[in-house]
Amino acid sequence: MSRRAGVLVVVIAVVVLAALPIYLEAFWLQTGLFAMAAIIAAVGLTLLVGLAGQLSLGHAFFVAIGAYGYAFLAGTDVPGADAPSGLGLPPLLALIGAVALAGVAGALFSPISGRVRGIYLGLASLGLVFLGQHILQNAAGITGGYAGVTVEPFSLFGFSLSDADPDRLVILGVPYGQLERLWYLGLVLTAGSIWFGRNLVRSRPGRAFGTLRDSEVAAAVMGVDVVRYKAAAFTVSSMYAGLGGVLYALAFGRIVPDSFGFLLSVDFLVMIVIGGAGSVGGAAAGAVFVTALPLVLNHYSGSLPLLAAPGSGGVSAAELSRFVYGAAIVAVLLFARDGLAGLARRLRSPALKEEVT
Amino acid sequence: MNQFVTLFVGGLFLGAIYALVALGFVTIFRATGVINFAQGSVLLLGAYVIGRLHDSIGFWPAVAAGILVAAAASVLVDVVLIRRARAADLGTLAILTLGVNILLSTELTRQIGTDVLSIGAPWGSDVVEVAGIRVPASRVIAGGVALVLVAALGVAVKFTDWGVAMRSAAEDGETASLMGIRLNRVAAGAWALAGGLAAVGGLFLTSFPAAGVTPDAGLVALAAIPAVVLGGFDSPAGAVVGGLIIGVVSVLCAGYQDELSFLGRGIGTTAPYVVMLLVLLVRPSGLFGTREVTRV
Repeated sequence: MSRRAGVLVVVIAVVVLAALPIYLEAFWLQTGLFAMAAIIAAVGLTLLVGLAGQLSLGHAFFVAIGAYGYAFLAGTDVPGADAPSGLGLPPLLALIGAVALAGVAGALFSPISGRVRGIYLGLASLGLVFLGQHILQNAAGITGGYAGVTVEPFSLFGFSLSDADPDRLVILGVPYGQLERLWYLGLVLTAGSIWFGRNLVRSRPGRAFGTLRDSEVAAAVMGVDVVRYKAAAFTVSSMYAGLGGVLYALAFGRIVPDSFGFLLSVDFLVMIVIGGAGSVGGAAAGAVFVTALPLVLNHYSGSLPLLAAPGSGGVSAAELSRFVYGAAIVAVLLFARDGLAGLARRLRSPALKEEVT
Repeated sequence: MNQFVTLFVGGLFLGAIYALVALGFVTIFRATGVINFAQGSVLLLGAYVIGRLHDSIGFWPAVAAGILVAAAASVLVDVVLIRRARAADLGTLAILTLGVNILLSTELTRQIGTDVLSIGAPWGSDVVEVAGIRVPASRVIAGGVALVLVAALGVAVKFTDWGVAMRSAAEDGETASLMGIRLNRVAAGAWALAGGLAAVGGLFLTSFPAAGVTPDAGLVALAAIPAVVLGGFDSPAGAVVGGLIIGVVSVLCAGYQDELSFLGRGIGTTAPYVVMLLVLLVRPSGLFGTREVTRV
């Protein structure tokens, strides 16, 4: 593809994505927002697992820190009310603060992530998820415990990304409420994350991460500070997770601990495996597939002939989506080990079919 | 003091069940280098078969059927899926078993629905009392069975041909296969063994004091993971010790919940993971695991 054609494709994509809220119903906007949050977090994980070669099952923990961090920093403290407290910071500051918090948490994990290797690291980070669940359930003063916490809507220079303030915003005859407004924030954050991720892969630290994955000894010989770079990979990946978490929180409107458990960690791993570990674009595609699958199947469960109502003995929409999800993992790993990214590469240049990566 | 001893003994017995499940993880890891996340759903499958069949064919035949089905399912995963992707790296294979786990546990959850299947064990809800310490009979039997199984396995691994094949495959697969050891057969044996161990673990985890077979039983295999990591992933002895530690820690934390209230509710389920993280800080390969040596 020539450079000019590439620019043209990007421009068309931007216009189409920006115009989508005019046409789409609320369900699709909500699904899209969840997918964008997943893309951001998945890009962070693919940098850690695919590029730097460090298996992590703890990504959900850092996503939770981002989500709850934002809710706490931006939340308003109502004296005497039963609601969890907050610092009442401006939302933009809260967003940056939440991402920084997630990064600090990732850095604090470095005594373990810097020394523990391979599968031990994966399972150690699994411990983080359970520890996180425990904290979220018990620190009710901040997280609201089981009941969760309401998330303050985002706003910038007095323009609120909610249904109010300005109260009635109509563009081309379409009322712009919370979802429509959040859509643009999501687009900007997602595009920025993908852009940063792709650049990181090709940068000096990115090459160092790749060397670490292939051989720590070789990396050390080449002058890569192994412990520092491993900790850095974890920190960057956690900050991505935190940003994804903030967008999750905004899209949900109310967050509960259950959303950030072991299953979410597995989801992220599956996203990057389906997409092809190490590929930023692949992670994005995998994130869209994994996020949208259950929501879309559930949305159309009424009109799909095979599906039964939950509990009636047949296969319900939720179960079917679990089946498709599980089968997709197995199929990708057996038949297309390098995921969607690898498939795309082979389609583009059949000569590279046997390319060794 | 009495409460402490009661809890400690109860923890040891629970730990014995964890040790069985953990031993399954280690066996598979040594033979094929896979972290088998499908262990949880295989455990659930074994318990489910026992729960469904014990009314019609009697308890002991049902147990035999449960162990066989779980072992067969486990071998099937190895032969159909893992064998085809043997060359892939650790993470890939682990995620592959996560996929299998999702498929199998979704189907079992669908089959079980909202029922709670009773396991139909003859010891029911009996409680054994020795010197003022009260422990459910099922847990005592579990401890005995675990002891016998662990001892038998230890002897088998040390002295039988199968054990030698297993150990040499774990040591150096390529050399072992040059010496005429059929790696695929060794692997299938390891997976079958792990499936059987999971089913036995499932039987005792769903007996009294648990209510019966519910989809949650599959999650208990996850609780064996800290045990495996704690002991060192490639060490069978480590799995047993790790299992016992995790059992004691979680029962003690749950028992002294009120005294530990500053740590929050439900500390019993979280404590094993905290212990695991602390041990990894000091010993990055677990208590008994082989330390990785890097040669250039």
